[in-house]
Order: sequence, then structure tokens, then C-alpha cells
Amino acid sequence: MELKLKLKIWRQKNNKDKGRFEQYEVMANEHMSFLEMLDVLNEQLIAEKKEPVAFEHDCREGICGTCSMVINGQPHGPMKGTTTCQLHMRHFKNGDTIVIEPFRAKAFPVLKDLVVDRSAFDRIIQAGGYISVNTGQAQDGNAIPIEKEEAAKSFDAAACIGCGACVAACPNASAMLFTSAKVSHLGLLPQGEVERHRRVQAMVKQMDEEGFGMCSNVTACEAECPKEISIENIARLNRDYIASVFGSDVKA
Amino acid sequence: MKLDAKIPEGPLADKWTSYKGHMNLVAPNNKRRLDIIVVGSGLAGASAAATLGELGYNVKCFTFHDSPRRAHSIAAQGGINAAKNYQNDGDSVYRLFYDTIKGGDYRSREANVHRLAEVSTDIIDQAVAQGVPFAREYGGLLENRSFGGVQVSRTFYARGQTGQQLLIGAYQALSRQISLGSVQMYNRHEMLDVVLIDGKARGIIARNLLTGELERHAAHCVVLATGGYGNVFYLSTNAMMCNVTAAWRAVRQGALMANPCFTQIHPTCIPVSGDYQSKLTLMSESLRNDGRVWVPKKQEDAKAIREGRKTGVDIPEEDRDYFLERRYPAFGNLVPRDVASRAAKTACDEGLGVAPTGLAVYLDFASAIERYGKSKAHAKGLHHPDKATILKLGEEVVAEKYGNLFEMYEKITGENPYKLPMKIYPAVHYTMGGLWVDYNLETNIPGLFACGECNFSDHGANRLGASALMQGLADGYFVLPYTIGQFLSADIRTPRFDPNAPEFLQAAEATQKRIDQLMSVKGSQSVESFHRRLGKIMWDYCGMARNAEGLQKARQMVLDLREEFYRDVFIPGTTDEYNPELEKAYRVADFMEMGELMILDALNRNESCGGHFREEYQTPEGEALRNDEEYTYVAAWEYRGWEEEPILHKEPLIFEEVELKSRSYK
Repeated sequence: MELKLKLKIWRQKNNKDKGRFEQYEVMANEHMSFLEMLDVLNEQLIAEKKEPVAFEHDCREGICGTCSMVINGQPHGPMKGTTTCQLHMRHFKNGDTIVIEPFRAKAFPVLKDLVVDRSAFDRIIQAGGYISVNTGQAQDGNAIPIEKEEAAKSFDAAACIGCGACVAACPNASAMLFTSAKVSHLGLLPQGEVERHRRVQAMVKQMDEEGFGMCSNVTACEAECPKEISIENIARLNRDYIASVFGSDVKA
Repeated sequence: MKLDAKIPEGPLADKWTSYKGHMNLVAPNNKRRLDIIVVGSGLAGASAAATLGELGYNVKCFTFHDSPRRAHSIAAQGGINAAKNYQNDGDSVYRLFYDTIKGGDYRSREANVHRLAEVSTDIIDQAVAQGVPFAREYGGLLENRSFGGVQVSRTFYARGQTGQQLLIGAYQALSRQISLGSVQMYNRHEMLDVVLIDGKARGIIARNLLTGELERHAAHCVVLATGGYGNVFYLSTNAMMCNVTAAWRAVRQGALMANPCFTQIHPTCIPVSGDYQSKLTLMSESLRNDGRVWVPKKQEDAKAIREGRKTGVDIPEEDRDYFLERRYPAFGNLVPRDVASRAAKTACDEGLGVAPTGLAVYLDFASAIERYGKSKAHAKGLHHPDKATILKLGEEVVAEKYGNLFEMYEKITGENPYKLPMKIYPAVHYTMGGLWVDYNLETNIPGLFACGECNFSDHGANRLGASALMQGLADGYFVLPYTIGQFLSADIRTPRFDPNAPEFLQAAEATQKRIDQLMSVKGSQSVESFHRRLGKIMWDYCGMARNAEGLQKARQMVLDLREEFYRDVFIPGTTDEYNPELEKAYRVADFMEMGELMILDALNRNESCGGHFREEYQTPEGEALRNDEEYTYVAAWEYRGWEEEPILHKEPLIFEEVELKSRSYK
């Protein structure tokens, strides 16, 4: 089925420009992915010798976390548990108007059009989102048995793709879901236990310094997360944080 | 040029151990004075940068992504091999070595492959210690499954996201070194040239993708970990930004490109559905543990399915041809990728394809769902379960094993693979060819190393499933950090290099010229349109099946396309801003030169082996026919620009351990 669409897209030349919405029309079909629909628009703009819309994308199979954008008010669009690159046009109707904006958060400055700078996430990981083990120091992989369900819980948190939808969805632009997913992934494993207190303090500190907002339990992050990361992780982070600040001598 | 692979003396099984024991070391106080550039932050690049940082070197790591965690290793689904023999099923280092040599159709180096098999076990230990959540059994120990071309279960996996979890492990190790200051990370920087001083690699030119500035970075040596060139074909399972530019720029400086025609076509991908399509999505090989591949026996059934009058479930059992099980009873659905892909193509060529385009076969889970359902019912004490209960329980088991893949399939196709068989077709997935390297992973340019998919080293003419992650991490964690000392130990008194040296200024100027030339064309066609056309030529003539006549024609077509590109390409925007169209343009320009070389290599190799199937050379049953007498060598090409023919250098492959046999999976 052919779809005639109106697009209202945020255009912003660079991080100094104020930016504005511009309107476009595009013909798509139901089998296209959302990004392929934007490819069609960009080819059209290039043919008219106009500047194409800048948006980030790479794997186009929902795992690299590069694609972003807010579609009709929702990060990654209307489908649950779906990244923009996996969203297909069969979920839209002929004649629809689609509003497309960048992720908006103080800690994610807009670089151009729909492209934002998410390097704050890297710095949160650098602050402590790892297990300190050098190459060659490891013992045999089967030396520590891990209960299957515990391993599965850790995995559920490790599935985070670092896209930033949680921040974009949150009215406070908080990065708690992202940070807590890493704290949980590593903290739920015996290998990560040793640095658990140091890790949570260091990561929370960095998160605050980056200018992300406070968590006020809105839970929009969980609703919009393309990997359906649970807010239980936030509760776990809070427990760990309180235990580490009041119940241990470790200071990050 | 004499190619010296620098393979250590001694019996195969002792080579690596004894070499490590005798190689030159760099003392800790000297490591601090040595700079290393690592280009790429996927499994090979991130693991190398992190490990070199841990050792005390000064590392600069570059990625064109916005974060090192985005590299395409992240998309690997199925697993990573290791000769742990945790399943007590007869696995060993030798068996992994042998399977890899045979899987590669006897076109890889014994010594490299044996080393890969040896260090495979350390990778699992390292990853577990980093917190990679591999699949576990109820006893809490690591679980394994089987992959194509082998008869043991040696594949470790993390649901269908093994690459993601391993990359995050390496990314976290890298992040730790960044925080410690031993690695300096350059995101959104793309390498556009390697800089040679006195014939040795001493730095790179990197373009800051946000400002367009060409930066000059100096070091004592350069490590490329920049992935494969599958996007020459435009449509592939590679991510959109994967490209050959870094490796190709090294070739332009004299590095040899080895076996470029060895490309892997993966049998199980979601079929192409339209002209607008930008990429293809892989369905993991692990699915062939339980999925059965078939097409209808009768052409009229296939036609009815294509026209939407029937679906797969309407075809009775006796009218289905499970062609892999029929043709290859010993390995069944788990034959290697090249074999499975060709068999699917043959079925579709015979008019038995099941998608509207005629290009798809079924991958069916119905019998697995039933089998698992019965076993689960039995375990629950249900002795006479009804059909619905069996299906429900069976679907639960299948969901636990492959749930995310099934979801991905449904999102893309809109069909429910629990109820209808999946439709799949082969697609370009991986490139075995790459920069020629010796046993030290050093190219023929001293000080220029290549790790992971961007080298040619370990997979011969066909890579076995779950071996790419193994090789990337083996190179980065356990091989390069040792072998790089062989080069650097001679440089402990060499002062830091000056990025203002004339060699750097000249390289930056030449890069600027290349960019300006592309911008100044101001033609009428988009970069994307040229890339699509290049991909079509490569797929039609240098894809799953090739022949001399087609290849000759294709070469001329690529040359004509290149001429048109430099005459009529249009790149919007300017050079001093974030400009993805410009990035695509210089990558496509390099893809065109690489494509021509792939065609030449395919023409030169008058035999069929692994992923390289020349129609002229096949057995009466349609299997690949090697010519060991004349082609048991690595074809390493020296590129000399547009005006001169490339020169072929041959590195003979000497097999001391393994006897060359015709590769049979029957």
C-alpha cells in the first residue's frame, strides 16, 4: 500500500543555530522501515539540490543504539519495545502527519537536525561501569557457577543499547534507567560484587555532573525503552547507593 | 616482493607457546614512552586498545561512531566458539583447528589457525570475568550449542545477542583504560590515510566528522581493526556505515590486499522485499540447530505460495523437500554457510522459491516446537497432553532459545514465525579476504598491523559460524599485544614522532585534495544511487556464483561506473561541517576500487573453493571443485592506481599437519 505522508521535521544547522520545524511531503509504502522512508525523503531533497535531513543510524536491526529521534512525541515512535530502525511504515496510515524531533535533554546537546551528542553516557560508564580485570587475569569460565535466574536478571539489564530514549522520555531528563541497568548488570553477578559499592557511587556522581535530572518515578523511561529495561533496576540502584553511602567505608 | 609469513619453527602445536617464550619484550618503563594508534573500536579494536593500555602503552583509539560501543560487532547474534570441551563430547584444540581449516576449504594458514584454536579458551574465561552474561544451565555452569560445519557443541552464547554482550565487555574494559588515562578515545573521527615515515607506519590522518578538520596523529605504530568490506555489495547484513576506506587507504600506501574475492554469503537472512531496501537482516545460524530448511517438491505448490494462494503450512509433509537433510545427511541443516547458501540458490533457480520474488526458502520450527513441547510435557508429568498444550509448551522453549530473533523477524516481515515457517534467503555477511598479514598480524608495511575481520588471516575461503567473534577477540586480547612487541622492541629509543613532519603535512594535503575533488564534481546523481548500482554489479557477477565471462563484463561495468561517478556525483553541503553525504562519497569511491580488485581476484582463481564458486569448476553433483595443484596459495594484490594493473604476489600455503581432501559434509 502506498502512503502519502506529511512530515514536520526539526531542522537545526548546528548547536548554535536556534532550529525550527520544516514541512515535507513524501511517498512511502507499508513495507519500508521508518528510516528507509527518511532515505527516500533525503534522496528527494538531494535531487532538488537541497540539504538532506541529518539523522544517525547504523545497524538498522535494533541493536547498535545509534538511531534516536522522537516520533509524534515518543522516543523511537509508537511501537513498544522497538527502535526507530525497526519501526515499519505499516504502522502508519495514508495521509498521516508525522512530527519528528531530536531527543531533547540538557545533557544531550543537538549537533545537527536530529543528531544529538550522547557522549555523557560513555563518561558514566568510564566512571565505573566495568569490572576491573586485566586481560589474562581471569580464572576458568566455569569456576564460579551462577544461578540461571540470577544470570537471566543480569542479562535483562545488560540488554541496554545505550540509545538514550529513557532520558528523552523523562520529563526530568534523568539517566537513572541507563545508569541503573549497568549497576544491575554487573552488581547481580558474583564477578561484579567486589566493586559494587564503589561502582554505584562513582556512576551516580558522574551522572549528576553531566546535568541529567533527578528521578521522580514517572516511569516513562521503562515505557519507552526499546529493550524494555525494567525500573526494578532503579530500585536496585537506590538500595545499592544507600547501602554504599551509609553502610560501607568505600568512597568513590 | 617476497612474502614472508614469519611462521615460527617447530611442531604445529608448540609454535605459539615457544614463540611467546622467545619473542622480544618491551620493559614497562619503555612502554610508557611508546605510542600506539588503534583504528576501530569493535571486538578487535576495543580489546586491543584496552589490553595495550593495561600493558602500559600510550594508546589513541579512533572510531567514526559517536561511541565505541556502536561498532558492528554488536550485531553478531549466535555465539563464539571455544575448544573448552565442557560438554565432554570429544572437542579439543586440534578439533577446532581441524574444523576451521576444513571449513575454510584448505585456504588458510595452519599456524595461524592453530593459534586461534589455542587461545579460544582464554577468551571465554576473560569474557566471563568481565561480566558477560553467557547462557547457563540450571547447575549454574556455562551452556553450549552447535554451529554449522562441526559435530560438537562448542559455541558459547548470550541469547541472540552474543556480539552485543562481548562488545560491551570489551567496551567496558576500554572505558576503564580511558578513565585511567592510558587510552585516549577519539569518537566521530574517521581515518582517511596512514602516514609512512621511512617506509614504516607512524601515524594517520583522521577527519573530525563534526568539524571536517583533518587531524594529524603520530605514533610509533598503527593498528587497523576496521572490519570487513561486505558493503561493496550495497545490500548486506553489515551496518550502514561499515566500509573499506581505512583498509583501502593502507592498500593505496602499499599494503597488500589478500584474497579479496573470498566473501561469505550467509544462508539465513530475511529476503529482499523492495527497491528502497537499505540493508538485509540476518537470522542467526543458531536457528539451524532447530529449524529445518525446505522448499516444496512441486513447482505448482511453490507458484501457489508465491501468488499467495497457499502458505507453507498448507504443504503436506510428503510434498516437502528438506534439501539440506537430503543432500548432506551427516551434517543436515548444519552444513557450513557456503554449502547451505548454494543449495538454497539451486532450489530457487529450479523455480521452487517461496517469496513473491522467487528468492526465498523456508526455515521451519514446527517439528522442533512439537519435540520440545512433548519433552516439556513429560517433564511436567503430563503423559497424554493434547496438541494445543504441546504447541504451547514447545513455543515457550523455542522462545527462550530464540525469542529475540523471532521478534525481530516478526517486526520486519509482519509474520508470526511460531505459526508460519520463516522465509529466508542468502545475503552477503562477512569477508574472509582482507589485508595481508604475517604471523605477527603485521602487514607488509612495517609497523602497520591488522586485526579482526579487516585482515585475511584465519578463515580461508569460508568462515565457520561463531568464529568471527573468536578471531576478533583472539587478535585483540591475546595475539597482537604480544606480537606488537616484536616491532616496538626495536623502537624503545625512538623519540615521539612530530605530527608537523613533512610526511604528515603532505598526507593531509593529499587527503584534502581528494575531498575537494569529490565536492567539486557538482553533478546530478546521489552517492547512494552509485552505491546501489555498484552493489548490483557485484552481486550479479561476483556474488554467490561467478564465471569468467561475467567477471570480465563486470570489471568494465565497474570502471564505467567509476568514470561516471567522478563526472556526475552530487554531494550537498560543505566540507567543514557534519556531512554524512560526503562521508558516504569517499567511502563509495574506495568501494569501487576494491570492487574491481575483488573481480580480478575472482577471475584469477580458476577453481571453486568455499565462498568462491566459479561455475566452470564444479563436480557433477554441483559441489565446489578445488584445484590444489595450482591454487593452494594466498593471492596478495599490490594495487598501483588506475593506470596500471595490480600485481599478484603469491604466498604458498604449506600443509604439514592436515591432509588436503575434498571437503565433504555428506
